[in-house]
Amino acid sequence: MTQINYNSSNVDLLNIEIQLLMEAIFLRYGYDFRNYSKAHIKRRVLHRLVLSNLSSVTQLQDMVLRDRGFFNEFLDDLSINVTEMFRDPEFYKSLRENIIPKLRTYAYFKIWHAGCSTGEEVYSLAILLKEEGLLDRCQVYATDFNRKVLSTAKEGVYQKNEIEQYERNYQLSGGLHKLSDYYKSRYGSIIFDKELSNKIVFADHNLVIDKVFADVNLILCRNVLIYFEKNLQDNVIGLFYESLVPSGILCLGTKESIKFSRHENFFEAIDTKQKIYKKKIG
Amino acid sequence: MYKAIVIGTSYGGLEALKTLLPKLGSGFPLPVIVVLHIGEHNNETFLTYMDSICTLSVKEAESHEKINPGYVYFAPPNYHLLIESDFTFSLTTDHKHNFSRPSIDILFESAAWVYTHRLIGVVLTGANSDGAQGLKMIKDFGGMSIVQDPNSALSPAMPRAALKIAKPEYQLNLEDIAVKLIEFAFKRK
Ligand SMILES: C[S@@+](CC[C@H](N)C(=O)[O-])C[C@H]1O[C@@H](n2cnc3c(N)ncnc32)[C@H](O)[C@@H]1O
Repeated sequence: MTQINYNSSNVDLLNIEIQLLMEAIFLRYGYDFRNYSKAHIKRRVLHRLVLSNLSSVTQLQDMVLRDRGFFNEFLDDLSINVTEMFRDPEFYKSLRENIIPKLRTYAYFKIWHAGCSTGEEVYSLAILLKEEGLLDRCQVYATDFNRKVLSTAKEGVYQKNEIEQYERNYQLSGGLHKLSDYYKSRYGSIIFDKELSNKIVFADHNLVIDKVFADVNLILCRNVLIYFEKNLQDNVIGLFYESLVPSGILCLGTKESIKFSRHENFFEAIDTKQKIYKKKIG
Repeated sequence: MYKAIVIGTSYGGLEALKTLLPKLGSGFPLPVIVVLHIGEHNNETFLTYMDSICTLSVKEAESHEKINPGYVYFAPPNYHLLIESDFTFSLTTDHKHNFSRPSIDILFESAAWVYTHRLIGVVLTGANSDGAQGLKMIKDFGGMSIVQDPNSALSPAMPRAALKIAKPEYQLNLEDIAVKLIEFAFKRK
C-alpha cells in the first residue's frame, strides 16, 4: 500500500495542497468548494487518497484535472449524500401542524427542495402533501448539484434495508396511514408510486454559483449549509431570501440556523427548535 | 502547553463522565470536547443535568461555534463533530463510522490535525472499538494519550481496543485521570 505523506510535521503542506486542489476544480469544472468546511474537505480528500492508493493531494489533483470520470467520483466524496425518509420526525410534524395550514390558503404554490440528494426527503414531503390534499395544488422543484443522486431521486427506487426505520419515522412524524401504502416491494427494493413524483421536477442546481428561483412559497434545505463556511452560508441564505415570496417559509436542518447570519432580521422564527422561519414582509 | 482535551466513550460513559467532569474545577484552562455514543435521541435533559453537576459550563457543540476554555462541549446526536483550524466546530451527517455517529475516531482525527502535539486524548468505558484509531493518531502526532484502566471500566472493550492499537502513555482509573488532566492542563511549557 502507498504511504500517505502527511503527518504532524507538514500539516501546512496538506492545507496548501488542498487549497490548490479546490482552486483547480473550480477552474476546470466550475464546482466551487473553496468555501466549504475545511475539516470536512480534508477528511474526504484523505479518504480518497487511501481508496485510490495515492500518496499526495498533488497526485490526486493531477488525476482530477485530467480525468472527468475520476472527478465525478471525487464529487461524490465531497457531496455527502447521506439522507433518510422523515429524518427528524418532529420537523415533519411541525411542518404538518404549522406550515400546511398556511399553504392551504394558496390556490397554487411552489416548493423548492434544495440539496435533495437521493430524494428520500422529497418523497417524504410528497406523502405529507398528498395526505393533506395539497399535492395537486403545488409544483415541487427538487435540486442538487450532483447529477448521480438526482437520477436516483427521479427513479424513486430504494433499498429495503432502511425501511423499518423509515416506517417508524413516518409514524412519529404524524403520518396518517402506513408508509407501505405508498410503495411497492420488488426484489429487496421499494418503488414509490409515480403519483407522488408526477409533480416533482428534478433539476441540477448549484447553490454556490447558480441563480435564484422565482416566487417560491416554501424552501427546504436541510443539512446542506452545515458544510459551508460562515460567509458562504450567509450568501446562500440570501439566495433563499431572494427566492421566497413575502411571508414565504424557509426550513433548515435541526443543527442549522439563521441566527448570526446577515439575514437574521429578515426572517421571523415559526419553530425555533425545528428551524422553520418566515420571510418578513417588505 | 496543551490546548484542548478530547474524550470518547460509549456504554457506561454517562456514569464515567459524571465522575470525571465535575472534578475539573473552575479556572480549568482547556476546553473539553466529548463524544458520547448516546443513540439518536435528544440529549437535552442529559446536558442540563451534566451542567448542573459541573463547575465548567456544559453544552452541545454548535456549527461554527468558537471553542473556548471553561466549557465542556458534547457532539450532538446523529452528527459527526469536526474541529476547524480556526478553532471552531463543524458538523457533518457523513456515514456512520464504527457503527457510530458521532464517531470518536472522526473527532479525534480532526482534532489532531488542528491541535497536533497540544492535544490530550482520553478513551473511557465503551462496548466497541471506536476511538482506538483516533487515539493512535493523537499519539503519533505527539499529543498525550490516556485510556481508562479496563479493569475499572463498566465496559472494558473500548479501553482494551485503545490500549492495543494506540499504546497510550497512561492507563488509569477515573480518579487518576482527573488528577492527570489537571496536572497537564496547568503545565506551562
Ligand atoms: C447531507 S445531504 C442532505 C440531504 C437531505 N436534505 C437531508 O437532510 O437528508 C447534502 C446534499 O447537499 C448537496 N449539495 C452540497 N453542496 C451543494 C451545492 N453547492 N449545491 C447544491 N447541492 C449541494 C449534496 O450533493 C447532498 O446531496
